[in-house]
Amino acid sequence: MTGRHNWNEDEATAIVAAQQERGLMAVLSALNETFGYLHKDAIGLAAKALNLSRAEVHGVASFYHDFRARAPGRHVLKLCGAEACQSMGADALAAKATRELGIDFGETTPDEAITLERVYCLGLCACAPAALFDGEPHARLDQNAISSLIADGRK
Amino acid sequence: MRRRIFVARDAGAIAVGADRVAAAVAEAARRATLDVEIVRTGSRGLYWLEPLIEIETRGARVAYGPIRPEDVPGLFACGFLDGARHVRGLGDTESIPWLKRQTRLTFARCGVTDPLSLDDYRAHRGCKGLSRALTLKPQEIVEEVARSGLRGRGGAGFPTGIKWRTTAEAKGDEKYIVCNADEGDSGTFADRMLMEGDPFQLIEGMTIAALAVGASKGVIYCRSEYPHAIATMHAAIATARNANLLGPRVADSAHVFDIELIVGAGSYVCGEETALLESAEGKRGQVRAKPPLPAHVGLFGKPSVVNNVLTFAAAAWIMAEGAESYNALGYGRSRGTIPIQLAGNLKYPGLFEAPFGMSLGELIDDIGGGAASGRPVRAVQAGGPLGAYFPRALFDTPYDYEAFTKRDGLIGHGGLVAFDDTVDMAKQARFAMEFCALESCGKCTPCRIGSVRGVEVIDRIVKGENREANVALLKDLCETLKWGSLCALGGFTPYPVMSALTHFPEDFGLAPELAEV
Repeated sequence: MTGRHNWNEDEATAIVAAQQERGLMAVLSALNETFGYLHKDAIGLAAKALNLSRAEVHGVASFYHDFRARAPGRHVLKLCGAEACQSMGADALAAKATRELGIDFGETTPDEAITLERVYCLGLCACAPAALFDGEPHARLDQNAISSLIADGRK
Repeated sequence: MRRRIFVARDAGAIAVGADRVAAAVAEAARRATLDVEIVRTGSRGLYWLEPLIEIETRGARVAYGPIRPEDVPGLFACGFLDGARHVRGLGDTESIPWLKRQTRLTFARCGVTDPLSLDDYRAHRGCKGLSRALTLKPQEIVEEVARSGLRGRGGAGFPTGIKWRTTAEAKGDEKYIVCNADEGDSGTFADRMLMEGDPFQLIEGMTIAALAVGASKGVIYCRSEYPHAIATMHAAIATARNANLLGPRVADSAHVFDIELIVGAGSYVCGEETALLESAEGKRGQVRAKPPLPAHVGLFGKPSVVNNVLTFAAAAWIMAEGAESYNALGYGRSRGTIPIQLAGNLKYPGLFEAPFGMSLGELIDDIGGGAASGRPVRAVQAGGPLGAYFPRALFDTPYDYEAFTKRDGLIGHGGLVAFDDTVDMAKQARFAMEFCALESCGKCTPCRIGSVRGVEVIDRIVKGENREANVALLKDLCETLKWGSLCALGGFTPYPVMSALTHFPEDFGLAPELAEV
């Protein structure tokens, strides 16, 4: 994803300070968005700032699908696997994506180019099947479209 | 003369190329040195026609779609700016039968106006509901909403007037208006469309609710899967603050009200109102036991109105046009209109707002045009991943809360997902259990563990292992889930599972009589 930063404690501290008034979800979301994941030290920073235990913060961080424990690849492909997309062939697209990338959902290609993730509904159900590629919506996908997204990610 | 061209900025339209089409239009106009203004609207909801281009000519709009970027030079060449005929021409937008058959109240402006123009909003009857509410006593606002017969559009269908009255009567130094914009049900996208296409209507509806119950703070909890809706809502809230619609003097009155947008992090169960409140407070999205109701003990323990996006939007319409106009439409105890979302394997998928009462068959076969694949529609899942699968034999069911309940189904948030005859219903039932296991907050044992066991039991049935005993076990498990879960995730997962088993036993390798409940 363009613009993602490498983990940097000073920057993380500044983000926590800027977001802490809005609560733990805002703090974790901002950290996750900036760095692509929640670095192990992020938990402690958030806990300290919000006067919570590390266990409490870990509990929240591990509850939500969006929060990653490991850095993702340079690009993130989120394929929708919910019913409306299933009805239009999402399972075949998922098989195509995992085969072409050689990884399963939740994994990153060895060259760190692409992370493949599952998402359940993007609200693009009237143009199924759909995906988010680096946050951009793509719909009415077919096998060729998946291949071309993957090719873009590998560039 | 400056010409106006309309292209949607809706995520669904962008996903199929609307940004590229808008860029192609700008480029073609620049080359021809034509003075055009490209207005990025919400979507009309006719998604099979997206990207849709509309032009304004002789006081009406003429539509062309679906348009690819490479079609744009041809459109200019044929004179589409004057409404010329074209192979992709659709004529007057308002006369397109799919649109003409609708009764657009909540979605009257969506696809028509510039979503972030407050002037446009006001020119299209926006802010009228708020102006009127400011002249009424709080109790009168509550009674107006109650008289309209409006029921919560999030899924439960609870009367909105009663909810507002309960919160109004609750004692608290602070009260909250909480908008549930965590639209996680597959096959639903009306909240997204409204936030992207007419965000001020949501702000207006929430402000009216605040006046009615005496709240000064509002929260919109929007799912992270909706980046475009989040961006549009942020911009609309800022604009509303600048225009004094939000802030310390709402519309120059003595009322204080402001809205904060909170973004979720990919948890389905946070669409359940108590899990949503927990999440909005920065905690794990774990369901709370009710009572106490959120109307008494809601966000941060304060009395809170928790309503869906569409409920607040409908309230704004009701205050502007009157409860009686809304109540005059509908079917049985389901009053007014419902934005129905036709999704999945359909020829004409999209948002169809109509009064309650159309039959499921009419919606799927007639409005939806049958399956996009050209094969027969075999099953329709109504109401999201926790909704029942309806076979063709039940297509005469009228679209009404009570009628759907009578047939062991639910309307939910208004989504309909069609499947053609290639669907494997045992696989769909298995997916329902799998999804429940994935999204369970973990609080209730039947949901947390029962869903995992459910996947295993369905696998054994499909494999033919001890089939009769396993079917009995699955039914028993579904009963336990239904009665032993605090919220709808565990409580309603039996709907898709049992409906698949009851109506499509052959997919489980069963003779029909064995599957009967």
